[in-house]
Amino acid sequence: MGYTFDFSVVWDNIGLFIAGALLTFRISLIAIAFGLILGIIGALFRTSGNRILNAITLAYVEIIRNTPFLIQLFFIFFGLPKLGIRLNAEQAAILSLSINFGAYSTEIVRAGVESIPKGQVEAAMALGFKPLKIFRYIILIPALSNIYTALIGQVILAVLFTSVVSQIATEDLTFAGDFLNSRTFRSFEIYFTVCLFYLAIVWIIKGIGYWVERRFFEFAKYSRR
Amino acid sequence: MGDEFTLGRIFLNLLIATKWTIILSLIAFVFGGIVGFLVMLMRISPIKPLRFLSWIYVEFFEGTPLLLQLFLAFFGISVVFGINLSPLAAATIALTAFTSSFLADIWRGAVEALPKGQWEASSALGFGYFKKLRYIILPQAVKLSIAPTVGFLVQVIKGTSLASVIGFTELSRAASQINNVTLKALLVFALAGAIYFLLCYPLSVWSQKVEQRLNQQT
Repeated sequence: MGYTFDFSVVWDNIGLFIAGALLTFRISLIAIAFGLILGIIGALFRTSGNRILNAITLAYVEIIRNTPFLIQLFFIFFGLPKLGIRLNAEQAAILSLSINFGAYSTEIVRAGVESIPKGQVEAAMALGFKPLKIFRYIILIPALSNIYTALIGQVILAVLFTSVVSQIATEDLTFAGDFLNSRTFRSFEIYFTVCLFYLAIVWIIKGIGYWVERRFFEFAKYSRR
Repeated sequence: MGDEFTLGRIFLNLLIATKWTIILSLIAFVFGGIVGFLVMLMRISPIKPLRFLSWIYVEFFEGTPLLLQLFLAFFGISVVFGINLSPLAAATIALTAFTSSFLADIWRGAVEALPKGQWEASSALGFGYFKKLRYIILPQAVKLSIAPTVGFLVQVIKGTSLASVIGFTELSRAASQINNVTLKALLVFALAGAIYFLLCYPLSVWSQKVEQRLNQQT
């Protein structure tokens, strides 16, 4: 094997990687926030008992979960302009990532909501809690503690998925790698470094997730049998 | 223009490309299953260095995007080893790594979900390590892991769409190419999505059914 590894290309352009990583971080954060809101609304619809709302939400969830993200991204980026909706690459990326994450989190949040026994809600009603308060204190927070692990796993998958938005020229971490690769052809060093950046992001999320779990959901350990 | 792309022709072209999506999914699942099984054996083995190596393998391929794994396989291997990998070969390598790490994790979870008493009881019966695995542990673990394994197959099928990025012509790449010619993005990508849905949805339903049945039994 006559190949000598040369990581100097990475050090010389470290600013490019960091700028890309920051964009990856930003679109992930925004998309996850929007997706989570969608997921909570979706879970409300799914458990509302209203047949039409349930059917619409279920269709949304199944369509998104059973088609590739790449196709969803292309549909939004290339398709929406045909309907007169103009989006730049970053907006299309955030929109499609939010819609994608929303579908997965709908099912996760729903599982959490359904993990709350009915008697608990009825008890809160008997105590005179208002519906919104019931949702927040009796359903949402205890449910969150039940689905926390699944949610963090899905967040990590969502962050890894953001790499796909480089394909519509969003200048994220993967795009930075592509850009450098096309100039220097140090493919292995560049893409390996990009991989390490993603790994670092994943580990940071896992670390934060572990901290949050210990800080906020410690009570769940005791309330569960 | 007599050579216009009609709805029927677009659909036909997409269907022809779907063949490659299915082939690539099968390749990924078979190779990923074989490698994943070996990695899972390493993950649960009593030998520490083996456990450590397989942990690194799973951590790396689960913690990095499939798209980057495809780039590493396609551009990285070509440059380092000085060989020209075809898109199909590169996609096979990357999808195998991706599939095997997730399957290894799913199957390890199933093995570890079994009560410790199963291992101890088979030790008490004088079974050797591999005999324990073969007759006591794996048959029970298989039952537990069918639902998540089938569910993951959906992720594999969807994952093959990324092979389009390194120039392998399957459903997604065909859709992009047809879109470039016809500029009917809404129609083309909706059709491609519908075909993916028809491939994936039955597996999703099957996976859910198996899981429900298992939950009822326990």
